[in-house]
Formats: sequence, C-alpha cells, structure tokens
Amino acid sequence: MSEIKLTNVVKRYGRVEVVHGINLEIAHNEFVVLVGPSGCGKSTTLRMIAGLEEISDGEIHIGDALVNDLPPRKRNISMVFQNYALYPHMSVRENLGFGLKIAKQSEAMIEERVGEAAEILGLSELMDRTPAELSGGQRQRVAMGRAIVRHPEAFLFDEPLSNLDAKLRVQMRTEIKKLHSKVKTTVVYVTHDQVEAMTLADRIVVMKDGYIEQVGTPMEVFNHPVNTFVASFIGSPPMNLIPARVESGKVKLADGASVPVPNRLADKVRDGQDVIFGLRPDDMTPEGHGINDTGQVATLELTVDLAELLGTETLLYTQLGGQDALGKMFDPRDVAAGETLRFRLSLDKAHLFDATSGKSVRL
Amino acid sequence: MSGPLKRRIVAVATWIGTFLLMLVICLPGLWVMLTGFRPNREVLAKPAIWIPEQFNLNNFAKIFGFGAEQIAIPVPAYFTNSLVIALTSTAIALIIGMSGGYAFARFRFPFKDSIFLGLMLSRTVPGIALSLPVFMIWSRIGLIDTKLGMIIVYTALNIPFTIWLIDGFFRQVPKEMSEAAQVDGCTRWQAFWKVEFPLAKSGIASAGIFAFLTSWNEYALASQLTRSTDSKTLPVGLMDFTAQFTIDWAGMSAMAVIIIIPALILTFLVQKHLIAGLTFGGVKG
Ligand SMILES: Nc1ncnc2c1ncn2[C@@H]1O[C@H](COP(=O)(O)OP(=O)(O)OP(=O)(O)O)[C@@H](O)[C@H]1O
Ligand SMILES: [Mg+2]
Repeated sequence: MSEIKLTNVVKRYGRVEVVHGINLEIAHNEFVVLVGPSGCGKSTTLRMIAGLEEISDGEIHIGDALVNDLPPRKRNISMVFQNYALYPHMSVRENLGFGLKIAKQSEAMIEERVGEAAEILGLSELMDRTPAELSGGQRQRVAMGRAIVRHPEAFLFDEPLSNLDAKLRVQMRTEIKKLHSKVKTTVVYVTHDQVEAMTLADRIVVMKDGYIEQVGTPMEVFNHPVNTFVASFIGSPPMNLIPARVESGKVKLADGASVPVPNRLADKVRDGQDVIFGLRPDDMTPEGHGINDTGQVATLELTVDLAELLGTETLLYTQLGGQDALGKMFDPRDVAAGETLRFRLSLDKAHLFDATSGKSVRL
Repeated sequence: MSGPLKRRIVAVATWIGTFLLMLVICLPGLWVMLTGFRPNREVLAKPAIWIPEQFNLNNFAKIFGFGAEQIAIPVPAYFTNSLVIALTSTAIALIIGMSGGYAFARFRFPFKDSIFLGLMLSRTVPGIALSLPVFMIWSRIGLIDTKLGMIIVYTALNIPFTIWLIDGFFRQVPKEMSEAAQVDGCTRWQAFWKVEFPLAKSGIASAGIFAFLTSWNEYALASQLTRSTDSKTLPVGLMDFTAQFTIDWAGMSAMAVIIIIPALILTFLVQKHLIAGLTFGGVKG
C-alpha cells in the first residue's frame, strides 16, 4: 500500500504554472528524497503534501484518504522547516509537547512522548532552555523532536540541513538516517544537495522546472540516468558530457577523436545520429591508475591542463572532444601541468544521450 | 594623542552634547511641572523667582474641588471624558489595526500596495485640515459634543498608524511559525493566538500606547468638536484657565501635570517594549 500518492498534481500561482502534473507514489516507511536545482518546485510539492499550499489540479492521497481539501492539522503529518520555525516563546519541552497539547492529550501521555523524543534525540539536558539558547544543531534536533512526538503518518523535511555548517551537516545527515531506522515512518525529504539525496534516500525523485525527471533508487539514478540533466545533476564531480556523432560503429567526438560505440548500446543507436557521450570522471583514468578500467575500454592520449590532488585521488582537468573534461587518477602520483597521459575510458560505464532530446539512448 | 584618551574625550563630549540637547527639550516640560506645584502669585512675581519658595499640592486640590480655594473647572469630568475617549478609540484602533496589520503582513490581495499607500497618505493630512469637514458632517448627524463623535474621529486618526506598525511586527514573525503550528494541529485561528500573537505582542502593545497618547494629547480637533462637560477632554479643558484678562498659570500647569503623568508612565512602557524587541531564537540565528 502506498502511503502518499500524488496524481497529476498541478500548482499554479495565478497564471504561472510551477508544478506540471506530477505523479508519485511513496510506499509505507519509505525514505523519499526530492532533489533538484533551486526553483524546480520541490518545496511547493512538499507544501502541497503538507496542506500548506493549495493544489491547483490533481489529487493527493495520504493513507487511504483524499486530502486535497483537508487542512494541515487533519493530515496527520509533521514537518521540519528549513529555518526550524521553533516557537521562540516556549521552552524546548513546550515546543516538543505543543502538538500533543493542542490535540488535548493527557499530561502523562505528553510527558511520556516528549521524554521519549528527547531520549532519542539527546535533548534531555536542554528541556528548559528556549530556542534562542540553543546552537544550530540543537535547534535542528528540537525541530525533529517536535516532528516525531506526534507519531505522524509521514515526516516532511524541507532542506533541514541547509542552515548548518558543512561538518554539522554531515553529522546531522547520519542522525536523520539513524532516526529513520529507529522511528520507522514514511519520509519525504527535500534538498538541492545531491550528496544528501544519495546518502539518505531509499528512492530519489529528481525534479527540474516543475517536472519529475527520474524516480529511482540512488543506484539506479546514478548508474542509469535517463537524460543529460539527471546525468549532470547526480554525482560529484559531475559526469563529462561531450557532443559527438555516431559514425560506422564509432562515437566521433567533435575534435576528431573517436571511441567505439559501447557494446551494450550498439543496437540502440543508428549511424549518423547526433549524440552526447557521457562518462564520469571515475571512469576516465590514466593507465595503471583506474578502478573501473576492465571490460570494454578505449584509450586516448590526453594532455592534463591542471591536476588537483585530493588525497586518495587526483582530479585531472583535460580536454575531450574540444570541451573541458575531468578525469581521475586513483592511487595518484605527481602529475605536472601539460603532461600527456594515456587515459583508459571505461566504455561499460559510458552513457549515450540523444543530442536533440537529451534522453538516454537506452530508453 | 593616544587612542584611549581620544575615545574618552569623544565620550565626554557626546555626553555633554546629549545633556544639552535633552535640557533644551525637557526644560519647558520641567518648568510646567514645577509651576504646577507653586502658587500663581509666585509664578507671576516680578522679578521672577527662579528657585521655588513654596511647593505644595494646593493647585491640584483646587482643580479637583477640594480645599479652601475652589475653581469652577470640572476637571474630573474632563479626565473621565479623556480616559473614556482615549481608551475606547485605542481599543477599537487596536482590534482593527491587528486585523489589518495581519492581513497586510500575511495575505496577498488585489490593490494591496495601493491600499497601504492610501492609508499612509491619509497620515500626511494634518488633523486640523479635517476639522471643518468633520465638523460639518458631525453637526448634521448630531455627533458634535459627544464622546462617540470623538471616539470615531480618534479611531480613524489612529488606524493607519496602528496598521502600519502592527504590519511591521507581524512581518518579523516568519510565516513558518504559523505553518508549523498548523501542521502541529492548530487551526489558523489557534495558530494566530498561540504563536503569532504572543510573538508580536510587544509590537501590538506599543501600537496601543502610541494610539492612546495620540488621542490623549490631541487638541486641535477636540477644540472644534467638543463644547461641554459631555465630551470636553483634558487638553481642551486647559483653555478654561484663560479668562478674558487673566490666566491661571498655576492651575493650568497643575492640570498639565495631570495630563502628562499618564502619558509619561505609558511612554516608559513603550520604551521597555520597543527596546525589548523580539527574540527570534526559533528561526535560524
Ligand atoms: N507564492 C508564490 N508566488 C508565485 N510564485 C511562487 C511562489 N512560491 C514559489 N513560486 C515559484 O514556484 C517555483 C518553485 O518554487 P519552490 O519554492 O517550490 O522551489 P524549490 O525547488 O523549493 O527551490 P529552492 O531550492 O530554492 O527552495 C519557483 O519558480 C518560484 O519562483
Ligand atoms: Mg525550497
């Protein structure tokens, strides 16, 4: 049974349509991450699920109920806001218990639930402070605590980590993951950070300009992007995308260099087709420094413009098909700018997208 | 010159400058208050007596009708009128100001900016310019020399300002507060009273105090629209102390003190509220 179901959901602000009829089914206890660039409609979608934004068209079901016209308080969901939206005039304890108090639960039950949440999130010491007296990470935890005390059917998170510094963000990310395994509940999580999406999600929903581009597990989305947008958005550093043309079994790049058409895609392309050749930096490695360079491989001599040592690997900036392209050197040695290296391109991992539609030729 | 010394000199100069400025601003007020506690004889003495020789509450006893000397000015009635008119108009202006301020801060509606601008522009008209038209209308519908008439005028005068001020305070309360409360189970109405109102409370209080002071101190319109003890307010009542050839400066000053004191108390409250401001720990800090 799906917990949350969006059917042809449309959102218009006046004349402007910002969400264009999206369909999405979220399973019970599933952790779904909506990811996409700024302004793609992630928050709007989340807020429509929460009932904070009216739906212009379509249907939203939560559990078995059609919730189109239900106010937020009747949807049995809870939400963590980007700015936390803790009540500044209440203590942590009151913040946590507020929802239960509104629902007229007994003192004893409120105390029990609040205590339980405080326990899970390590807030017990902070119960009598006000939000102003908490650090960013602590506020974040209170916001999550407020969400879990009500034992809702689903948690909605809108970029909950974007106000934290990089280190704390990583820490809270794992805490959210742990929280989800402790408190089994359906989660819809919005972020524009693809690393957060990859690490947290059971399933990722990639959005762009009010459309859903792809839905899949992190593995699927990473390994089989359906179009150039998903290919470039998921994965860091992003996939190299080089314009090319299929000519007699070869992928001819713009600068005249060519590589064989990957075997597994051979029957998906036709001669003369304009394509985009996609290859992740991990799959473009100097000889002897690769991790994926078995199977079908093409070799090319490329000049390194710049090398950035990251520790366990070095990023190699080079040119491929007349474009900037990025390779990686695992188990690195020193590389001088201007040095020419033999790169092995792992064609088993390469992607081809139709140049006009941007869609993967697999489809 | 070394840094710390220079800073000290600047600090002292600032202090002296502030003191002089405050002296200029406060001296007339202080003089009025002093005069209120002195007999008229001493006030009018020539050459002037700068240091008070007699200092008592006789003037106050007199205007409230106690003691040996009596005065034919119904101060208690004026005081009651002032209080009723100022409190009622403030209460109404606050209710409307809160609704309006909230609407401007939270909702989108057609012509919102023009309406807001219109409200603000209405503030640019000096009150006295309205006195003739208001007088004509009020006399037609029988509101001249009534408390109701004054309450309506002051309410109208105060609404633009209270809306503007309260709008500003609600704007500072992030709309996520109300949304969080609604997700937490509140109706919009509950979310307002349990979360948004407590956060904008000090702003609303200061708006109320400003509105009260405006009504309490207003003279120009009241002098045109009131006639008798039915509706005359304290500032208008002050003029009762001027006879054709004499002015009872001491009595007038005593009454001025009575007008000033509530205003002073409230001003201190405003100050506390305005300085306290709002703490927004709930939002990213
Ligand atoms: N109240 C509104 N009125 C008009 N347009 C709006 C309103 N709210 C959002 N939009 C538009 O809807 C689109 C989607 O906005 P949304 O907030 O959902 O983006 P987002 O994906 O959450 O982006 P971000 O990562 O920046 O938060 C944007 O183009 C935005 O300009
Ligand atoms: Mg957003």
